[in-house]
Amino acid sequence: MTQQTNIKVLLAKIGLDGHDRGIKVIARAMRDAGMEVVYMGMRVTPDQIAQTALQEDVDVVGISILSGAHMRLIPRLTKALQEREISNDILLMVGGTIPEDDVEPLHELGVQGVFPVGSFTTSMTEFITENISRGRSAPQA
Amino acid sequence: MAKETNSKPNRSLSGLEVKPVYTPEDLANTDFVRDLGQPGEFPFTRGPYPNMYLGRLWTRRQIAGFGTAQATNERYRFLLDHGQNGISTDFDHPTLTGYDSDHDLAEGEVGRLGVAIDSVQDMDDLFLDIPLDKVSVSLTINHPAIVLMGMFLSVSEKRGVDWKALRGTVQNDSLKEFHGQKTFALGPGPSLKLTTDIVEFCTKQVPNWYTISISGYHIRESGSDAIQELAFTIAQGMAYVESALERGLPVDSFAPRLSFFFGCHNDVFEEVAKFRAARRMWARIMKERYNAQKPESMRLRFHTQTLGSTLMRQDPQNNIARGTLQALAAVLGGTQSLHVSGFDEAFDIPSEEAMRMSLATQLILSHESGVTNTVDPMAGSYFMESMTNDIEEAAWEYISKIEALGEGQYQIKSGLLHAIDTGYIELEIARSAYEYQLKIESGEQVVVGLNQYQSESNQKLELFQFDPEEEEWQKGRLAEIRGGRSPADVKSALASLKQDAQDDKNLMPAVLAAVGAMATEGEILDTMRDIYGEYVDPGVF
Repeated sequence: MTQQTNIKVLLAKIGLDGHDRGIKVIARAMRDAGMEVVYMGMRVTPDQIAQTALQEDVDVVGISILSGAHMRLIPRLTKALQEREISNDILLMVGGTIPEDDVEPLHELGVQGVFPVGSFTTSMTEFITENISRGRSAPQA
Repeated sequence: MAKETNSKPNRSLSGLEVKPVYTPEDLANTDFVRDLGQPGEFPFTRGPYPNMYLGRLWTRRQIAGFGTAQATNERYRFLLDHGQNGISTDFDHPTLTGYDSDHDLAEGEVGRLGVAIDSVQDMDDLFLDIPLDKVSVSLTINHPAIVLMGMFLSVSEKRGVDWKALRGTVQNDSLKEFHGQKTFALGPGPSLKLTTDIVEFCTKQVPNWYTISISGYHIRESGSDAIQELAFTIAQGMAYVESALERGLPVDSFAPRLSFFFGCHNDVFEEVAKFRAARRMWARIMKERYNAQKPESMRLRFHTQTLGSTLMRQDPQNNIARGTLQALAAVLGGTQSLHVSGFDEAFDIPSEEAMRMSLATQLILSHESGVTNTVDPMAGSYFMESMTNDIEEAAWEYISKIEALGEGQYQIKSGLLHAIDTGYIELEIARSAYEYQLKIESGEQVVVGLNQYQSESNQKLELFQFDPEEEEWQKGRLAEIRGGRSPADVKSALASLKQDAQDDKNLMPAVLAAVGAMATEGEILDTMRDIYGEYVDPGVF
């Protein structure tokens, strides 16, 4: 296994939710783990996220949402990614105030990693490196 | 004193050094008359009132809001029936950011984390059967504060309640929105103008209303430490004072109606010190820098909310202990009102059961703990007074930096606006948040149940159940309101508002006219966004 140092991550907050402490901590942690981080900030729509993911050719999309609106907004995001035919090339992660009962439905929607509040940043960076090294969206060798 | 061991000194949660033992030597430079005084006297270190809780206990004010105005009104009446004696309204994200419930960005968030208010009709429903001249109300709203305040005044007027009889608070702390809470709509300059409009209008017309709740709570939730919370909150307060002075208001006309709002973390002594230092700093600033004459202008009064960010998903019942510790610190620090966050808030907004527990925590502190039996019980402790001095000194370093960024007669205001523009404050807070997270992940900071002492038990909680129908209901009601009003009246009211904004007049009268014509919150904010421009998150980290 080779160390991936060229992983590109897109982070964004979806909807009107203003709780951005977590995602900014994560952005720093991913940057410190050697990843390239594009942070779109708050109040971003599913279409804007999918469009940026396409244009920036990212490996990972990480969404933070603490407003409880995830079951309404994440389906719109997965649809927007599918429409651009990039959903299979992107590792999709969602973090925030996610009740236990919503974790499985999010997986079914195509979210690979769900990280409720309190999750360690190391668990996220490890999740990324493991999944990407498995060839999910690793650059051609 | 010579170092006797090589062990690292203990530190408070915010990194202040804590010695193993404190002695009178630590207070060699503290003059008890000058630096503490009597409770209720300058510099108010020991409390804003001479008898504190012996005269009146703190107000138990649990914030609440979800779904429609009717649903929230029921929760208010439940809380009032269960020992609460003040109301605090939590608005949903669309309301907080100035969008109507049918806006594209509002999808899934209508009534989700707070109550949805689109028009004055919703405001009326929110306070159905609640006597506005008897129950004090806190409106937790910032950039659209002028609109919600206008709606509240309009409802009061309709019910025949004299504005002079209204007691309550509007948060109206526009500047902290750029580094805490983040429900901004307009840029720093225009939002500060609106904050000052409310101060000016209420000082003259709603004299018993608290016009700004100068907030450190959200700064702390955003990850700041206690020093930054104290420093940035005081700096915000100074900026508001300077903005009102610039408007030509005499300091003693508006300063008595400014209040504060802090968070409270787990480090009990550091928190108590923070509250005591805040009072002393504010008193001296108001007297010495802004030449206030009235003691009421100098005495800092505050609301406290225990911190949601300290609440863990793991073993959620442990959060009841955290809430109790934080509430204890707030009471030892002399808070005027208190919200204890629900122990289930790492999962969703609190259930009724969790809010009942929070109120019980407050009642146990009031009636069983004995901590209310004497005023400022921590005073005179070598450690507490040292900590109070240390946190004050550390906070001044930040305020001096902000001042150095400014210029002119209103230097803190100018410096703070500059510090916001350059992202200085936001980056300082983000740095603290990151460092704290790293300490938790490395195990240096123990969090019981999270990184040590994990338990196997995984008891399922009965969480708050949100009714998704509420969003559709609210959108239907909004459509009804739009259909039932005079479009010409709305148009003309919004045109007058625009004109007043262009003429740089106080916008409160035009906002009152607009809400009276049934203009919605989103329409009024759109008018302002047209004039002032919309603020977009710079996305710095």
